[in-house]
Amino acid sequence: MVTNQASIKRDGVQDWVSLRATAVIIALFSFYMTWFFISTPQITYEVWRELFAGLGMKVFTLAALISVMLHVRIGLWQVLTDYVKPAGLRASLQYVLNLIAFAYVAVGLFVLWGV
Amino acid sequence: MINEFPTGYNRHEIVKKQRPVNLQLNTISFPPSAISSILHRVTGVAMFFALIFVIWAWAVSVSSPQGFADVQQLMGGVIGKVVAIGTVSALTYHVLGGIRHGIMDMGHWEELESGNLSAQIVIGLWIVLTIAIGVVLW
Ligand code: HEM
Ligand code: HEM
Repeated sequence: MVTNQASIKRDGVQDWVSLRATAVIIALFSFYMTWFFISTPQITYEVWRELFAGLGMKVFTLAALISVMLHVRIGLWQVLTDYVKPAGLRASLQYVLNLIAFAYVAVGLFVLWGV
Repeated sequence: MINEFPTGYNRHEIVKKQRPVNLQLNTISFPPSAISSILHRVTGVAMFFALIFVIWAWAVSVSSPQGFADVQQLMGGVIGKVVAIGTVSALTYHVLGGIRHGIMDMGHWEELESGNLSAQIVIGLWIVLTIAIGVVLW
């Protein structure tokens, strides 16, 4: 396995698998939401809220958000390493982007808690 | 290769020195597979930022009837529609490209011809689906 200073404690194989595993979960969630929008004749507040009130959907939504966080952690790292060469700048950008990704999960947790 | 190295250099220096840099951008051609690759990247990055809007809209709309009404109104306006269509279109491309990636991971469509053909199919399908999404959501 390749280990170098650009990928501390991570390697390409692990990233490759994680990227695809999270992609499958996000895709399933997207298909489910698409099906919901298409199959629900009239989406009212009650219907919309009820969708996320069940435990199953809470878990599914959270899993999708966590998957997005992990997916972009790897995906955006790939993009940044291609275009941003100075290590300090890249680390800063990476930090901010990861923070945004984490905020997605935090907001999701907060919202799902209250539904 | 090894005996072509000029004496006085070690291999690593040679590797560094001999990296080709092509700044003649107009001589680089963009076959369908290259376009498909860059679109996958662009849609991935675009969605990451679109999620700021999507998750905000979801959070507001699911939290109170007033929030739902506000988002519904926003979704009915031009900005809401453009963002929604753009996001769904990006997701559609990224998923199609992702599926193509998966098929290539399993060892198919990796030749020049099949790779370009599958890229053309993915781009074509995406354009058709985007038009359909646009019609439905507008
Ligand atoms: C909100 C959802 C998503 C976001 C923000 C996102 C973002 C990204 C980004 C930024 C990359 C890196 C692109 C690059 O290195 O060129 C990437 C790669 C990838 N994405 Fe996604 N993605 C999302 C959903 C999905 C879904 C649903 C799938 C599955 C169909 C998927 C499949 C892939 C694959 C296979 C790659 C790796 C491509 C490679 O190995 O070069 N993604 N994604
Ligand atoms: C970017 C995120 C969103 C996407 C991609 C999206 C997608 C869609 C799609 C595909 C439809 C079409 C359903 C159809 O015409 O059969 C739809 C309808 C609808 N959406 Fe969204 N939606 C999003 C966010 C929201 C949010 C946050 C709300 C909550 C206020 C919402 C409220 C509605 C309503 C009420 C309809 C039904 C319209 C009707 O039945 O005439 N959407 N949406």
